[in-house]
Amino acid sequence: MKDSPLRITGLHKSFGSQKVLNGVDLSAAAGETVVVLGRSGTGKSVLLKLIVGLLKPDAGSLKVHGQEIVGLEMDGLNEIRKKIGFLFQQAALYDSLSVEENVAFPLERHSRISDAERHEKVRSLLASVGMERDLAKMPSDISGGMQKRVGLARALALDPDILLFDEPTAGLDPITASEIGELIVKLKKERNLASIVVTHDVHGAKSFADRVVMLREGKVVIDGTFSDMEKSRDPFVVEFLKDAA
Amino acid sequence: MAEAVLRITQNLFVTFFEWFGELGLFCVRVAKATFRGPWEIREFIRQLDAVGSKSGPLVALAGAATGVVLSLQTHDSLAKFGAKALLPSVIVFSLIKESGPVITALIVSGRVGAGIGAELGSMRVTEQIDAMEVSAVNPYKFLASTRVLACILMLPLLTLIADASGVLMGWVSTTLSDPISLKLFLHTGLKDASMSDFLPPTFKTMFFGLIIGMIACFQGMRTRGGTAGVGRSATSSVVLSSLFVIVADVILVRLIQVFFPS
Repeated sequence: MKDSPLRITGLHKSFGSQKVLNGVDLSAAAGETVVVLGRSGTGKSVLLKLIVGLLKPDAGSLKVHGQEIVGLEMDGLNEIRKKIGFLFQQAALYDSLSVEENVAFPLERHSRISDAERHEKVRSLLASVGMERDLAKMPSDISGGMQKRVGLARALALDPDILLFDEPTAGLDPITASEIGELIVKLKKERNLASIVVTHDVHGAKSFADRVVMLREGKVVIDGTFSDMEKSRDPFVVEFLKDAA
Repeated sequence: MAEAVLRITQNLFVTFFEWFGELGLFCVRVAKATFRGPWEIREFIRQLDAVGSKSGPLVALAGAATGVVLSLQTHDSLAKFGAKALLPSVIVFSLIKESGPVITALIVSGRVGAGIGAELGSMRVTEQIDAMEVSAVNPYKFLASTRVLACILMLPLLTLIADASGVLMGWVSTTLSDPISLKLFLHTGLKDASMSDFLPPTFKTMFFGLIIGMIACFQGMRTRGGTAGVGRSATSSVVLSSLFVIVADVILVRLIQVFFPS
């Protein structure tokens, strides 16, 4: 049986009277890319924010490498966060810092390496996402696709073993979206990462998903391979795939 | 009707106390982050520059205008009572004891408070603050404590700039109507002044810096609602920090009178 760096059991989250997640179970093994699909507002991004402790669940268990993170104090949570990379929907680059400084930001604070080693690591991270020529540029001077690449390099800076993607291809042209998809596959192979990708992009998901989880009204309606999903007779799944076609 | 009024009043009270409660928690988090390493020296220096040197010219201009206005306004009144010789003292005392510190605080509240509110608000709505937390970096330390400390340290220095330019331009304005040398102007203005007239009002601006920094960071970091929210945070940072500076000034002036009697 494969390792599961991430295991979620019975996760519940509400905002006021609105129930967003209603008992979600999910796991991701090392080297596995799990794609989470669902309509807008079904709690996909909330799920990612719960995993990194930006939000607290109402109930349920969230284990990273077997350690429960629900109720963890800030110091303990920060240790867990170092093992998790997060690519935000709009990349969330620090706009007062250059591309190089953005990627160096977590390294400067959490790794005990010399300036020269850090500089080399930043270059190599940016090279791995095809951005090694834009070290000195500011985030405002690069395109949305390039920002996502830099965001990905920053997410990889602390050598995480879990990587979370929030709509990695949203707002990108089909070619750039496909390049980001290829990067996800490449990183999975090179780094043996457990990845969770939240997306609306069914076609893109087909190229990088090992497993697909579909959410509906805060519950998992399907958890299987892409072909399992395509064979499903669940009316919601059928309609979702039809609309995405 | 009465029920609706009661409900609105209740909501206002709840919002009011919630805001103060959240501000209190925020201040505790920032204080904890400030006194716990590692220190964000580079960001702190960047903030000293943003708060201090970039506000200098504006503060100097405001101080100069205040000095001129004080000279123009008091010249005739003092002349009526045959007390024109007191003009340098009136200008110097007004500036160092009240006008300089308060004008500086209000200028910084407008320029820096709005800047911090908008910058942190924008970082909040574009998930940059979330990204910082996810990178296991404490935003209360990196963003808030560096800015609050910079405001605390720079306010007294900016006040000195306002005081100096106010006195200088007060002399220029005075000497245009009644020629007097700068040396004599300063000698007359400062002869009755002691350190207790100068130091407490200057150092009280550290509290103004604390208020401006804390409120602007708080309003910025709790921004909700996209770009409209950023605008609201910038405005509320200025309005609330100016308001609290004025209220704090009343209390601090009274405390200074008690602890540092002339």
